[in-house]
Amino acid sequence: MPEVLKAPLVVEFPFTRSLGPVQSAFLTGLRERVVLGVKTRDGRTLVPPVEYDPVTAEEIRDLVEVAPTGTVTTWAWNHEPRRDQPLDTPFAWVLVRLDGADTALLHALDAPGPDSVHTGMRVRVRWAQERAGAITDIACFEPYDGEPAEPAGHSGEFDDAVTGIVAAARLDYTYSPGRAQSAYINALSDRRTVGERCPSCRKVYVPPRGACPTCGVATSEQVEVGPGGTVTTFCVVNIKAKNLDIEVPYVYAHIALDGAGLALHGRIGGIPYDQVRMGLRVEPVWTEGARYPDHYRPTGEPDADYDTYKELP
Amino acid sequence: MTRHAPATARDIAVVAFAQTDHRRTSDDLSEVEMLMPVLHEVLDLTGLRTADIGFTCSGSSDYLAGRAFSFTLALDGVGAWPPISESHVEMDGAWALYEAWTKLLTGDADTALVYAYGKSSPGPLRDVLTRQLDPYYVAPLWPDSVALAALQAQALIDAGDTDESALAAIAARSRSDATANPHAQLRGPVPQGAPLVRPLRTGDCPPIGDGAAAVILAAGERARELCARPAWIRGVDHRIEAHSLGVRDLTDSPSARLAAERAGAFERPVDTAELHAPFTSQEVVLRKALRLDDAVRVNPSGGALAANPVMAAGLVRIGEAAARIHRGDSDRALAHATSGPCLQQNLVAVLEGDPR
Repeated sequence: MPEVLKAPLVVEFPFTRSLGPVQSAFLTGLRERVVLGVKTRDGRTLVPPVEYDPVTAEEIRDLVEVAPTGTVTTWAWNHEPRRDQPLDTPFAWVLVRLDGADTALLHALDAPGPDSVHTGMRVRVRWAQERAGAITDIACFEPYDGEPAEPAGHSGEFDDAVTGIVAAARLDYTYSPGRAQSAYINALSDRRTVGERCPSCRKVYVPPRGACPTCGVATSEQVEVGPGGTVTTFCVVNIKAKNLDIEVPYVYAHIALDGAGLALHGRIGGIPYDQVRMGLRVEPVWTEGARYPDHYRPTGEPDADYDTYKELP
Repeated sequence: MTRHAPATARDIAVVAFAQTDHRRTSDDLSEVEMLMPVLHEVLDLTGLRTADIGFTCSGSSDYLAGRAFSFTLALDGVGAWPPISESHVEMDGAWALYEAWTKLLTGDADTALVYAYGKSSPGPLRDVLTRQLDPYYVAPLWPDSVALAALQAQALIDAGDTDESALAAIAARSRSDATANPHAQLRGPVPQGAPLVRPLRTGDCPPIGDGAAAVILAAGERARELCARPAWIRGVDHRIEAHSLGVRDLTDSPSARLAAERAGAFERPVDTAELHAPFTSQEVVLRKALRLDDAVRVNPSGGALAANPVMAAGLVRIGEAAARIHRGDSDRALAHATSGPCLQQNLVAVLEGDPR
């Protein structure tokens, strides 16, 4: 079996999220070095505060300031911090019940080692130097042996409250396309297009994905198709794509390569865009070092008869 | 509302179960290439063809392998053209089974194919799972799945519910039982190893791997035609903890207990329990919440500590419990599936064989 193909794949997704009134006050408070909780009707103070009571689901809006000092309720020693975590030196994950709160907040605790951390230990907030209205405005917690800090009784009303956050995320994958697509890609690097035939319905899939979606069975018999093909349908693109150096208008087409059971798609070049038509016979144009055809151009053959491609999607 | 099947409803059973060998990596296969043999195997066990299946439901997550709409490509392995009656949940396949069970209860279908798959090997699983957390207060800190489980484990140790040697014993029992499970990824003696996130050691954590599973459900007489001893589903229920970790008592699982109660688990003792406890400490929580004593055989398959294909491991629990009933090794079994951090979501199913 040929070598398994692999390539890095980075997925990044910066979500822009709007905040409810309680979340907005809490995160704005962090920006101003104020920690706010929310009171439930039965008198508990939830920190971090939420918009709805987790027990009764009733809307809760009664904000109250709590202390930036508190007690560890459980912890876990992280000797090998991961990329985006709060500290890049070994630290403890902690749930901290702040003085004045009845529930605990998850964050990091900067401590010299696991032997210096225990449930029940006293800690205080270490504020980030630059704060923007996010949970990361708390840089981390740090050990603290003083008296509980006295909250100043902030109302929870702020000028210029934050109303949203941008939550950036990046995940790094190693993509491997699997058996059928690896074979297809390997053949392309020899400028050959190789599909796979369904053993049941005999249809040739290009590109192959390893299974016939009609029969639900594995395709395995490799079939070289093309290089010539027929335009089965097309559109004229008038919008210039970002990072794509192609003059508009141009034609993007479905092309049924000779011997293939369905069409793949590609750009048509070497002919004015308004002369492209269904049935046009085309062939791939390769550029030096390319992994796939740059575009397809007319072969000069007579157009294909409609009946020869009308069943090819 | 109870999630017992009402007395007038039809009896529905798991009639077949198949799974892949669970492996650290499957980079020689695409998702559909990994899944398809399991679909063929489970159909072969019943003699059914795709065209005979009334409803198809699957569970998977695109985040695992970083492939958008991977579940639509996986459908190629079913043979979904011309269009079939089909659904998908972005959850473990146990929840796909829950949907299929309710579909069969309505009488809209007599048979269902349920499958699930997960390829965790292409991505950084511990980090990928942070993306399911509260996006405002928690996800920006990237607390990984092992860290959150470790916070729960420490809470259990502080409460006197367990200690490191008891956790090690759970790990050892699971991998020892897995020696009888040819599909398991970790079998036999596995070192407890160094702390990964203290107090959890590598031995307390599930292996990361790729795999797939499938079951077939059938109603009433159809089930008896397809299986010598069907595993009748007596109830299924799903409950959730409050989403903020600091609001919860991490040493208990009221949602698992309530789900078990609503599924009828406490009406009569079970002889077997397949628990979806990816971390040793979570078995401690679940045994307590589900009132399982030493008379109950827990995770004879080795459980998630022996193979944890994310998105399929919960369905595997139901399949393993059903397979024991099929073989006559169990008469009444509890199967549990979880999702989210620290056992946040819990599904319980109760399965029974006909009296012998």
